[in-house]
Amino acid sequence: MLTIAISRNILSPPCFIQPGQKYLMSKKTASILLLFILSLILVACGQSPAHDDSQKAGKKGESEQNSLEQLLPAHGDTIVVGSIGDASNLIPLLASDAPSHQVAGLVYNGLVRYDKNLKMEGELAKSWEISNDGLTITFHLRHGVKWHDGVPFTADDVMFTYRLIIDPKTPTAYAGDFEQVKEAKVLDPYTFQVVYEKPFAPALASWGLSILPKHLLESQDITKSSLSRHPIGTGPYIFSQWKGGEKIELAANPDYFEGQPYINRYRYRIIPDSATMFLELKAGNLDWMGLTPIQYNRQTAGKKFKGKFNKYNYLSFSYTYLGYNLKNPLFQDRRVRQALSFAINKQELIDGILLGYGRVATGPYKPDTWFYHQPNKKYSYNPEKAKQLLREVGWQDRDGDGLLDRDGHPFIFTVMTNQGNTLRTQTAVIIQRRLEEIGIKMKIRIIEWSAFINEFIDKRKFEAVILGWTTGQDPDMYDIWHSSKTGPKELNFISYKNLEVDRLLEKGRHTFEREERQKYYDRFQEILAEEQPYTFLYVPESLPIIAARFHGIKPAPAGISYNFIKWYVPQTLQKYSQ
Amino acid sequence: MTFIGKRFALMIPMLLGITMISFLVMNLAPGEPIDVLTNLNPKATAEVRERLRSHYGLNQPLPVRYVNWLKRVVRLDLGYSFAQDNRLVWDKIRERIPITLTINALSLLLIIIVAIPIGIYSAVHQNSLMDRVLTIFVFIGFATPTFWLALLLMILFGVHLGWLPISGLESSQVTYAGFWLILGDRARHLLLPVLVSAFGGLAGLSRYMRSNMLEVIRQDYITTARAKGLKEIRVIGKHALRNALMPIITILGFSLPGLIGGSVIFETIFAIPGMGQMFYGAVMARDYPLIMGTLLIGASLTLVGNLLADISYALVDPRIRVGNND
Repeated sequence: MLTIAISRNILSPPCFIQPGQKYLMSKKTASILLLFILSLILVACGQSPAHDDSQKAGKKGESEQNSLEQLLPAHGDTIVVGSIGDASNLIPLLASDAPSHQVAGLVYNGLVRYDKNLKMEGELAKSWEISNDGLTITFHLRHGVKWHDGVPFTADDVMFTYRLIIDPKTPTAYAGDFEQVKEAKVLDPYTFQVVYEKPFAPALASWGLSILPKHLLESQDITKSSLSRHPIGTGPYIFSQWKGGEKIELAANPDYFEGQPYINRYRYRIIPDSATMFLELKAGNLDWMGLTPIQYNRQTAGKKFKGKFNKYNYLSFSYTYLGYNLKNPLFQDRRVRQALSFAINKQELIDGILLGYGRVATGPYKPDTWFYHQPNKKYSYNPEKAKQLLREVGWQDRDGDGLLDRDGHPFIFTVMTNQGNTLRTQTAVIIQRRLEEIGIKMKIRIIEWSAFINEFIDKRKFEAVILGWTTGQDPDMYDIWHSSKTGPKELNFISYKNLEVDRLLEKGRHTFEREERQKYYDRFQEILAEEQPYTFLYVPESLPIIAARFHGIKPAPAGISYNFIKWYVPQTLQKYSQ
Repeated sequence: MTFIGKRFALMIPMLLGITMISFLVMNLAPGEPIDVLTNLNPKATAEVRERLRSHYGLNQPLPVRYVNWLKRVVRLDLGYSFAQDNRLVWDKIRERIPITLTINALSLLLIIIVAIPIGIYSAVHQNSLMDRVLTIFVFIGFATPTFWLALLLMILFGVHLGWLPISGLESSQVTYAGFWLILGDRARHLLLPVLVSAFGGLAGLSRYMRSNMLEVIRQDYITTARAKGLKEIRVIGKHALRNALMPIITILGFSLPGLIGGSVIFETIFAIPGMGQMFYGAVMARDYPLIMGTLLIGASLTLVGNLLADISYALVDPRIRVGNND
């Protein structure tokens, strides 16, 4: 009898996790971790809150909005945003998770940012010059900007932030870009200059990092600063309170240098379970959340939602791929990889798993960016072609067991993916079936995130993986594709090596001129398409839903939140007074 | 009193052993605290990783790290969390204990209030129809997945009827209201979580109560009491119940550590920032100091709970007092 009691909630021994519930939860946390990690690239170079991915406007949202468009902008109201995870640290350079950056992005500013069309524009810097040799960037800062505590913002704050990030004692994951800086100088209180060793194209974007207040952080241990829990920045919103694991609240900054935001309060509610979050939305307690394809397509179609919410959809800055370990003899011949790409029906994956909310990936870039190039080599679903390519390499079903074989060995391999991402698991299952049809047996293994990375990816103990990358607003992909990046813990874990790609990537990151860069990256995409080191699968869409009372939302290549401070609720529609 | 002293002295090596094994097992899990920051992150170069490792002292050998941890703990310092917030472990735990404790205490109370009468009734009317119905009822509670039941109740009371809040601990506007309003709001938020968690716990205690009671009412003194002509309610309520309740003390002792241990799934569903979520997050992020801190508190409470159970046993039942059995 006692044992029965013990396995249940309240009468349980000091194990804090209930057996049997582990599986379900670790899925979730793994996917959060994944989101954190993958959002790094994006977050490191941009100030915009998450959901800043972008593309074609959600037509649905716009049309429903038109009839109300004559309602005038007004200050007031609160927006309640739902998030699966809590922020960890509101000093952005110490945090790598999406929630922290989403909240801190409204409190702090960078020197520069991406505008709605993904071009650089000034934020705290009103202008900048890049010297002809591409080595020196001089920033001219805005005058009259004040920290939320009233102290004026100057170039000393920029200098302080730079020193902090390169200080070996600062536990930050973002020091990499700034280690390229040879010298940083404060020329006068409103002019800041950096000199680089070599021209470095992603340099400008790296100055989108949040600038921190020198007067509050100087001569203290950054890791113990109270700003982690109570940030003080220059941004459009002033921090007001944070209840751990419950919510974070911000209030509009009346003195913001781009004008006071219309929406008075920003409430970030932490609801770790997505089903619960959806119920809260349905009950009208949330104004903004990201939906899954099934929620977007089916569950938000009813009358509970009609007229109360607008839905948007645009391509996200990410893609999912099937990556091959190129050290494995099985995948060393390019024709084998091409055959696998022909054997997989990518559109079927998008229709089946994303319910159509995505696009076929042809390479590592999002199809609507300036650096995207449609390669000449295409891989439409063609199992016959796949079989023929495999025959060329010697893979044939000689013993009639339905599996291709060569030298007496059947074509069998294992694909691994991380636990917690159902989209990836489903992708694996559909691919498994398609490959079976051409006589390849693919086994699927799903492993907890940390063990997956440490035991299999880092040790190169995998044959193939299904994973995803978050792509940035800059085409630099040196870290993922350059042959020098195949060391332990480095990101070219499939061990891809192509000397021409190496050269193109080096040229690309050392060139500022856009047209010239584009040429390098066009060629880079052609080579990847030909060689298929990954089978690029799909680019999913972001599917946010926002309460209909919010006006002024204009989807653009950068997503929807780039103009958040211009969103408003007309006076008559305002819901919250406080 | 030497009994208590002896038991106390025994607890120290036990606690030491628990922490040592926990520390070891925790470090055997693949991955490191810095993984969250650095894995698959193109901005995290090898130097950055080394820097972070030495910042957290991960470059020292395991025994050294354990001894360092122990030295701090002796001074009642649980250290700083390895999570990106770098907060004191004690602060993080302290922040989350009240809510977990409240829910668990209320739920335990509810279980006791409901399960004990069910157990008594079932024993007294053994194998009756009602006994069977109650048994089925408590086992349905036991077998129902918490998350499923919680979602159904949320849909009914939160979305369709709109009577109760769906998740969280307080309504958005209530921060600015008076004390009674805040209390009422809090109660409305806690209603579903407490009910759901109590429902699952009924089976254990009521079945335990039932079997104790059955054992007791077959004893001779109960027959004697009945033979004396006492009313049945007095026989059961006074003579039988007293003795049948004794083992419940053990259960209460065991449930002491359970009071601060939250259930992950349950807290996640209701968006309650409790101990379960925190500990789970700490494990996934390999936040060693936070894991150790929570385990230490849990282990201490288990030991103290056992001790209290033993002591109260000794107080209630003279037969267990030390000395008698040797």
